[in-house]
Amino acid sequence: MPAPIRLRELIRTIRTARTQAEEREMIQKECAAIRSSFREEDNTYRCRNVAKLLYMHMLGYPAHFGQLECLKLIASQKFTDKRIGYLGAMLLLDERQDVHLLMTNCIKNDLNHSTQYVQGLALCTLGCMGSSEMCRDLAGEVEKLLKTSNSYLRKKAALCAVHVIRKVPELMEMFLPATKNLLNEKNHGVLHTSVVLLTEMCERSPDMLAHFRKVNNSFSQLVPQLVRILKNLIMSGYSPEHDVSGISDPFLQVRILRLLRILGRNDDDSSEAMNDILAQVATNTETSKNVGNAILYETVLTIMDIKSESGLRVLAINILGRFLLNNDKNIRYVALTSLLKTVQTDHNAVQRHRSTIVDCLKDLDVSIKRRAMELSFALVNGNNVRGMMKELLYFLDSCEPEFKADCASGIFLAAEKYAPSKRWHIDTIMRVLTTAGSYVRDDAVPNLIQLITNSVEMHAYTVQRLYKAILGDYSQQPLVQVASWCIGEYGDLLVSGQCEEEEPIQVTEDEVLDILESILISNMSASVTRGYALTAIMKLSTRFTCTVNRIKKVVSIYGSSIDVELQQRAVEYNALFKKYDHMRPALLERMPVMEKVTTNGPAEIVQTNGETETAVLETKPPPSGLQPANQANDLLDLLGESDITPVIPTAPTNKRASVGGELLDLLGDLNLTGSPVSVPAPQIAQPPFLLDGLTTQPLFNDIAAGIPSITAYNKNGLKIDFTFERSNTNPSVTVITIQASNSTELDMTDFVFQAAVPKTFQLQLLSPSSSVIPAFNSGTITQVIKVLNPQKQQLRMRIKLTYNHKGSAMQDLAEVNNFPPQSWQ
Amino acid sequence: IHFILLFSRQGKLRLQKWYTTLPDKEKKKIIREIVQIILSRSQRTSSFVDWKDLKLVYKRYASLYFCCAVEDQDNELLTLEVVHRYVELLDRYFGNVCELDIIFNFEKAYFILDEFIIGGEVQETSKKTAVKAIEDSDMLQETVEEYMNKPAF
Repeated sequence: MPAPIRLRELIRTIRTARTQAEEREMIQKECAAIRSSFREEDNTYRCRNVAKLLYMHMLGYPAHFGQLECLKLIASQKFTDKRIGYLGAMLLLDERQDVHLLMTNCIKNDLNHSTQYVQGLALCTLGCMGSSEMCRDLAGEVEKLLKTSNSYLRKKAALCAVHVIRKVPELMEMFLPATKNLLNEKNHGVLHTSVVLLTEMCERSPDMLAHFRKVNNSFSQLVPQLVRILKNLIMSGYSPEHDVSGISDPFLQVRILRLLRILGRNDDDSSEAMNDILAQVATNTETSKNVGNAILYETVLTIMDIKSESGLRVLAINILGRFLLNNDKNIRYVALTSLLKTVQTDHNAVQRHRSTIVDCLKDLDVSIKRRAMELSFALVNGNNVRGMMKELLYFLDSCEPEFKADCASGIFLAAEKYAPSKRWHIDTIMRVLTTAGSYVRDDAVPNLIQLITNSVEMHAYTVQRLYKAILGDYSQQPLVQVASWCIGEYGDLLVSGQCEEEEPIQVTEDEVLDILESILISNMSASVTRGYALTAIMKLSTRFTCTVNRIKKVVSIYGSSIDVELQQRAVEYNALFKKYDHMRPALLERMPVMEKVTTNGPAEIVQTNGETETAVLETKPPPSGLQPANQANDLLDLLGESDITPVIPTAPTNKRASVGGELLDLLGDLNLTGSPVSVPAPQIAQPPFLLDGLTTQPLFNDIAAGIPSITAYNKNGLKIDFTFERSNTNPSVTVITIQASNSTELDMTDFVFQAAVPKTFQLQLLSPSSSVIPAFNSGTITQVIKVLNPQKQQLRMRIKLTYNHKGSAMQDLAEVNNFPPQSWQ
Repeated sequence: IHFILLFSRQGKLRLQKWYTTLPDKEKKKIIREIVQIILSRSQRTSSFVDWKDLKLVYKRYASLYFCCAVEDQDNELLTLEVVHRYVELLDRYFGNVCELDIIFNFEKAYFILDEFIIGGEVQETSKKTAVKAIEDSDMLQETVEEYMNKPAF
């Protein structure tokens, strides 16, 4: 049989193939030749054949039949064979093949070979692909070589040890004694690999870390040693062997900095020992080339992670700021990533670079834009919110689609937290809905609706703007959904032209119905959107005066709609017109202020006071069958006085076996994402107290503004103010709005307010706006209490507060006696 | 470093070094994916790409792309230096290295890489030392060849 062709020949030949098929043919031919050659156990050319096989493997062709041949090559005495054999082992074998274990013995022998290059091959192979079994077997050999004086082998042994530790962490202890003298070496290769080994050990085991930090042990202290080596590197003159663009061995410098980071983390002593050298590196390193910046980058990471003094931290942030201005994209990218990590801890320092960061929003690189966006959101605060929002809205306009959803959500969050005024907030939301309407997340719609209901005085303005927005274009589903809902709720404000904030537009009822109907008909509307529109039309039947017949007609048409959801709604609304017309006004009346839903979670409900919704029109008279009985017991236990009746917070009224029950469910289920919405209940009994809600007037009467407000409670940084309003329809009712604020530096979470009044009074507690009081008085929780005082007695109240603060649960009781006379007389 | 890939502008693989264990199929899939991602990046973007839980650091030298996948805590800028150092080593060994050198002498490219990096970590920071080790090993090879009077592959 002729000698198999040489490797280079084969490569040349294959490259002449013009098509994939031609190449495949050549390869198959050669493979066959190689296979038969293997079968013949030809020692001479095995090496050549395996080399060819490796080439074919790289082209993507199967080469597993060569695995055993690699082992034979490794076992051979010839260096050439071993070299190719080990390469083949690293390319073709891995720990998932059983064959690989056969290598172990060969490697063991080669680790003790007389030629260092053979030993090197063995160490390299073991260090790259050694399995846990192999590592276990050979760890002893590696440890031996770690102590040799041959630096060529020592450095390889060190990295081999790193691999062993990664595969079999329990063996770490074994290498500890050998590390004693590693750093005393002059050879940079050994130094570098030793630092890597030490880093690996410290990262994996806190015990090791403690060990290396300790002062009084036989190891001379690690940190000073590292500092010394680093200092030498920086101060020493030009060394051609290790120089990279004027910097001496940057690889080693960076690794030392990284190890220092691990040693200094959460450890004051170590951190102090390295402050000087870090400052030195930070100030003396050349920044004109990438190398210098790589070192500076690592230095900054280290400074930020250890317990460094504030001057050093400021230096670090300034370096990052300089990076941001650098022309090199890589450097800007790296700067943004680091700033993102540090923005939580060193917020003020990062703020200084805000304008540069905002500029990065306009960069062309996608990764840079994303980081700039995340960083911008982290930097928004009460002071800069207007300016930042402007930039971010502009960004939303022009950014790639993959960002729009995140950006929109981020804007909503930031706007919610820092909105300087309600009008600004609504405007911002409108802007987002119109620019990125289709990218807004589904759960944003209910949140927005809840927000809008909260800003009572802006209803007219809001509905007007929303109307104008969808007039031109109703393709963006979230926008249309919010708009339909608002028009349904506040349509009467729209047609009556009551807007204060801007020029009111002239809209007739028919025009409004026109737009809602076109939404219903349009092909672009999703099923959900249609549901919104239909319900809105229905609600308008109580708010509009002249077009009720038109509404009836529309609703009856959809009674035979193909869409099951629409059909069901239409049929039930029809029934409402025909059979239950007397209930229609009550059912469709204006929604009360909704309970706040957490904006991050997917339609999660914040349970406060055991309620899930606000049912203002609670019909159950106080003494009978209280649903939140546990609530009452709570306070009873607490108060233990016989002349005080427990408070009755409003109870969930989901499933009621009353007339038109299914209608209730339907009407309440506006948001198909499942977040709860108030369910206005039909009136059966009519206790005087609750009649207030029946009319379509807004909840709070603005008359009786003359009652002074009081501070009911002020302790431990928690302040609760009461403001009063009297109902002009019922003089026995006082409406108290409580505002809870927090002047400490940490938020108070899970805040629950409970109140109890003397027997002669009746109390109704509505849902609070949220359960978190942000720190530094930056926000408040509001909650409404209605008090019925038919006997006009002096108002007294006991309140109980529970919340979480600084990680512990707090609880307090107090009595409020300082009610102004105008609030109850 | 988790793995290193070298590929041409047409997407042909010239070298692959894996420092983690993965099934062959998986490797092929990853290579395809990464080659696509990097070849589609424009000139004016940064050299870093977030990919799964790793960072891809890549640089183009003439007609070859050098790509390293590093972990989250690794220094990207330094990785660029690592890539550059490897290219310098190749250059020193081959003398004005070009893509053809790496195609026809791929096994040597691997040997050089193995003298520079073991188990995903740099082992030698001196150019001189690394290249000398290769050259000495080569000498060993030829010596054996000479004595055995057998053709080199």
